Amino acid sequence: MAKFRKKSKTSQEIPTASLPDIIFILLFFFMVTTVLRETTINVQQRVPAATELRKLQRKSLVSYLYLGRPKQSQWGTQPKIQANDVFIETKDIVRWVTQEKDKLSEVERDQITIALKVDKDVKMGLVSDVQLELREANARKLMYTTIQDMDY
Amino acid sequence: MARSKKGIPVINSAPMADIAFLLLIFFLVTTTIASDKGLSLLLPPKPDEENKPEIKIKERNMFKILLNSADRLLVEGEPMNDPGKIRKMVKEHVLNYGKDPNKSDSPKDAVISFKADRGTSYELYIKVLNSVQGAYYDMYADRAGVTNKKWRKIASDLGDPENRRIYDKARKDFPMAISIAEPSKIGGS
Repeated sequence: MAKFRKKSKTSQEIPTASLPDIIFILLFFFMVTTVLRETTINVQQRVPAATELRKLQRKSLVSYLYLGRPKQSQWGTQPKIQANDVFIETKDIVRWVTQEKDKLSEVERDQITIALKVDKDVKMGLVSDVQLELREANARKLMYTTIQDMDY
Repeated sequence: MARSKKGIPVINSAPMADIAFLLLIFFLVTTTIASDKGLSLLLPPKPDEENKPEIKIKERNMFKILLNSADRLLVEGEPMNDPGKIRKMVKEHVLNYGKDPNKSDSPKDAVISFKADRGTSYELYIKVLNSVQGAYYDMYADRAGVTNKKWRKIASDLGDPENRRIYDKARKDFPMAISIAEPSKIGGS
């Protein structure tokens, strides 16, 4: 048995010199894939789940509208519409769409897509008011942003 | 210029991993994975006040879904609880080809009409829309001979001529006619 008790001369340490490299690769991956949020969302956003999702192809053509109850009580308790960084009324939507269309080049203006990020508890009354205004503004492509439902 | 016998100077690189970890955790926490997925929908064009086209749709071709302010469903005159069942019913309605006198004449004529109340919750609306669109995607996928998932991928990327060809072929005489009526005000919001 003495044979086995003999101490090995090889080093027991695991070389850690390559560890930073691995971590850096992970770091760069996250840095590249991160999209920093441009707007602060001031309304509650618990988007519903769905299964038949489609992906938006060109993000440059997308403008976002956020609908939900304000997070801070100073803005009231009724669901509101947020565009970019401000709350807007339904009647301002046509003007907002025109502004968003102006940001795009002339050939792409009709292809503007409006992504509606709507909280679960918002009633259809507000959503349909928004849709009517979008129709008025001739921005007919819609996307109801949802998350993937995992139950199916 | 005699070289020092002590060998190459070494910088201790063990804390480097710690620094990198710190940065990594920072980015992990601040990352929001972009969620640009959802249900797509094309709104009907602005109504023309002068010459409103009179469209007559036969009763049998309509598949009516009503949602009230208490989030109850009425599908083809029958109360229902599970929005998931609509998917199968829509498929039976569209693919009837004139057999059942209460269902559609042909997929070309079939119309899914749904109407919500101003007090209906958005969550239920999305569930119903999801079921109806899912039924159509299933049928298109069958016609194109692909899976539902693949079909949705094709439909999202029509810039590719091959995708365009498959898409047009499957959708020929098979429109996705979903009519969403303006919500009623009965029941309050």
